[in-house]
Amino acid sequence: MKVPFAGAIDCDVHPAVPDVAALKPYLDDFWCEHLSERYIDHAAFTLASYAPNLPHSARPDWRPECGVPGGSLDALRAQALDPFGTRFAIANVLHGAVALHNADMAAALCKAVNSYIAHEWLDREPRLRASILVPPQDIELAIAEIERCAADPRFVQLLLLVMGDRPLGHRSYWPVYRAAEKHRLPIGIHAGSTFRHAPTGSGWPSHHVEDGVLQATAFEDTLVSFLAEGVFQKFPGTKLVLMESGFTWLPTLLWRTNRSWRGVRTEVPWIDRPPADIVRDHIRFTLQPLDVPNANLLNRVVDHVRSDALILFSTDYPHWRFDGADALPDGLSDAMMRKILIDNPLATYPRLGAAVEADERTSLRKEMAR
Amino acid sequence: MNKPVPERDVQAAQRLAFVDCDIHPVQRTPKDLHPYLSAQWREHADTFGPHVCQGLIGQLAHPRMMANGMRADAYPSNGGPPGCDLEMMQRQHLDAYGCETGMMVCLSRGGMEERNLEFAAALSHAVNDWQLHDWVMNDKRLKAGIVVPQEYPDYAAREIDARAENEAFRQVIISPRSSEPLGRRKYWPIYEAIARSNLVLGLHPAGLSGGHASSGTGWGTYYMQEHYTFGTSMVGNVVSLIFEGVFERFPGLKVAMIESGFSWAPSLGWRMDGQWQRMRKETPHLKRPPSEYLREHFWFCTQPMEEPEEPAHLYDVLDWIGWDKMMFSSDYPHWDYDDPRRALSFKMTDAQRSAILRENAKALYRLP
Repeated sequence: MKVPFAGAIDCDVHPAVPDVAALKPYLDDFWCEHLSERYIDHAAFTLASYAPNLPHSARPDWRPECGVPGGSLDALRAQALDPFGTRFAIANVLHGAVALHNADMAAALCKAVNSYIAHEWLDREPRLRASILVPPQDIELAIAEIERCAADPRFVQLLLLVMGDRPLGHRSYWPVYRAAEKHRLPIGIHAGSTFRHAPTGSGWPSHHVEDGVLQATAFEDTLVSFLAEGVFQKFPGTKLVLMESGFTWLPTLLWRTNRSWRGVRTEVPWIDRPPADIVRDHIRFTLQPLDVPNANLLNRVVDHVRSDALILFSTDYPHWRFDGADALPDGLSDAMMRKILIDNPLATYPRLGAAVEADERTSLRKEMAR
Repeated sequence: MNKPVPERDVQAAQRLAFVDCDIHPVQRTPKDLHPYLSAQWREHADTFGPHVCQGLIGQLAHPRMMANGMRADAYPSNGGPPGCDLEMMQRQHLDAYGCETGMMVCLSRGGMEERNLEFAAALSHAVNDWQLHDWVMNDKRLKAGIVVPQEYPDYAAREIDARAENEAFRQVIISPRSSEPLGRRKYWPIYEAIARSNLVLGLHPAGLSGGHASSGTGWGTYYMQEHYTFGTSMVGNVVSLIFEGVFERFPGLKVAMIESGFSWAPSLGWRMDGQWQRMRKETPHLKRPPSEYLREHFWFCTQPMEEPEEPAHLYDVLDWIGWDKMMFSSDYPHWDYDDPRRALSFKMTDAQRSAILRENAKALYRLP
């Protein structure tokens, strides 16, 4: 069904960076020259998980006649922000820099992408917010980029890909999560792989569609990694947002980890309460792709996870997840829709909550002035 | 082997009468296989031993919890690992609870993860002989699974053909931690042989990898993570079998998912259908939505029994999977063993209970 009221917070939209040429103003002389010397100064740095021609990468009616899907701010306004009555939308740029092996090049490109988004998109559209594209290849460079971007309140979370060098709960990433906690930035983990590892424990599937289905299992293993490593005990302020993850697999994860935890407690003694309770306190999921054929099943799944606070509205623009204006499944209660569209996102993103409060103060002042 | 069964336990047997779809026999020592290996392979086994894809030999890189992953009370007093002593298995499990039929899943030393393929073939042949002579012939309640090295499909098909006539063998066991996802063409000779013999493909999580990290995110640090991948890495194989069109090519193929979890199946079906709707032109060989192949071709064992925070939620899951697709399993003698008297403690009808405890497995494995 359509979004029934204005003010939705769309937690996953995808502006695309056209190619390195568009980033040049944000790269220093060394990197401009270096990329051009290697003939990659017009490379697209496209992630294989989101090859633009793949059907799921762009809805047919959101596919531009020229350029890459998601490449135009005007199109984003006309196709995603206006029709869904969006108050805020969080831009997640899925850029291939994170798949490079050279950490310096990756960090330079991530920095350029973040600057490009801030100047070319956020400056021009007040409804837009963005995630900080983090170069996971080098922790010090990652933290430097987080510190640089965190000064701009329009950056509201970190952005990491679910499949990289190793499971993301690992201690080697903890300095990143310390920085995230310090700035009250949720850790956003998005579908996609750098293909450092085969997508399955038994190797490489033949088809793109299999890779797409299996993204969900990578999220499960990532979530278990955060639990087992004790990230939420080490950094109690951590919020994890899983994007394009699906969530109908969550009941299984809660039940299995609650049970296995009883058997492995001595291995992971920092897990001080049932994992399902930790998940409900710290982890959120964006809505699309929905993965359920109807809202009745969705309501059953929400019942199984015993919380209505976990789902955050997303259109996943311009990816093809639904047709027309039906960004929500039919059959959700009004209260649930309000939670998904507004309350849950605001509770998850402190920087959005602060922006809303500031808006309210402004309108109150205007009211009183009248 | 023919000792009288204590009367108390006979009564228990009459009460329960179940088929156990996951029992693990193991060799007391590697030498148990010697009678079934040629002199050349005996010497190879003694001199070179296993050649597998991990950094430790004879133990796992994610050490198991609790008595090496075993029931601590299942270690025989006369030595050897749990599961090596038939008499103890009878006393502790088969007789005690009234097991009608026990499906053996032999996980060790069968060559499924061996890199030297000729050695793998010799080992699997020996393990199949050993299952027959040391177990099934001593207790007719036990049924064997033909262990074959999936990375050597030509040989695997020959071994399946050679064993299929013998009714002691009811399914074929390969490792789901294969070097390629199990739907890939490489493995089709195995499925062809299974289809020819009207056997079942049994998939059980393997301890050793076939050369890939246990998840698309890489290796986990803790056994807690490795344990979780028993489900997720199995999902990778289900997805592969379906999207490669294995069930279009072998429409009679039936797959038993053993110790792989089951509550993930409905959600996987919904997700596969959703993704397939957008991408269906990539796999034109699929004639139906992926969830239909899942519903039709896969059976699920109960252990480790899912434990929702509200037990009634399990009822939804079984409704979605189908009560005709669930089969009781205990995982004897492993640490997370499910007691047949307690595992199915949530509310269900007598017909549903009897389907899970007995009837579904009897139909799938064509048991008497």
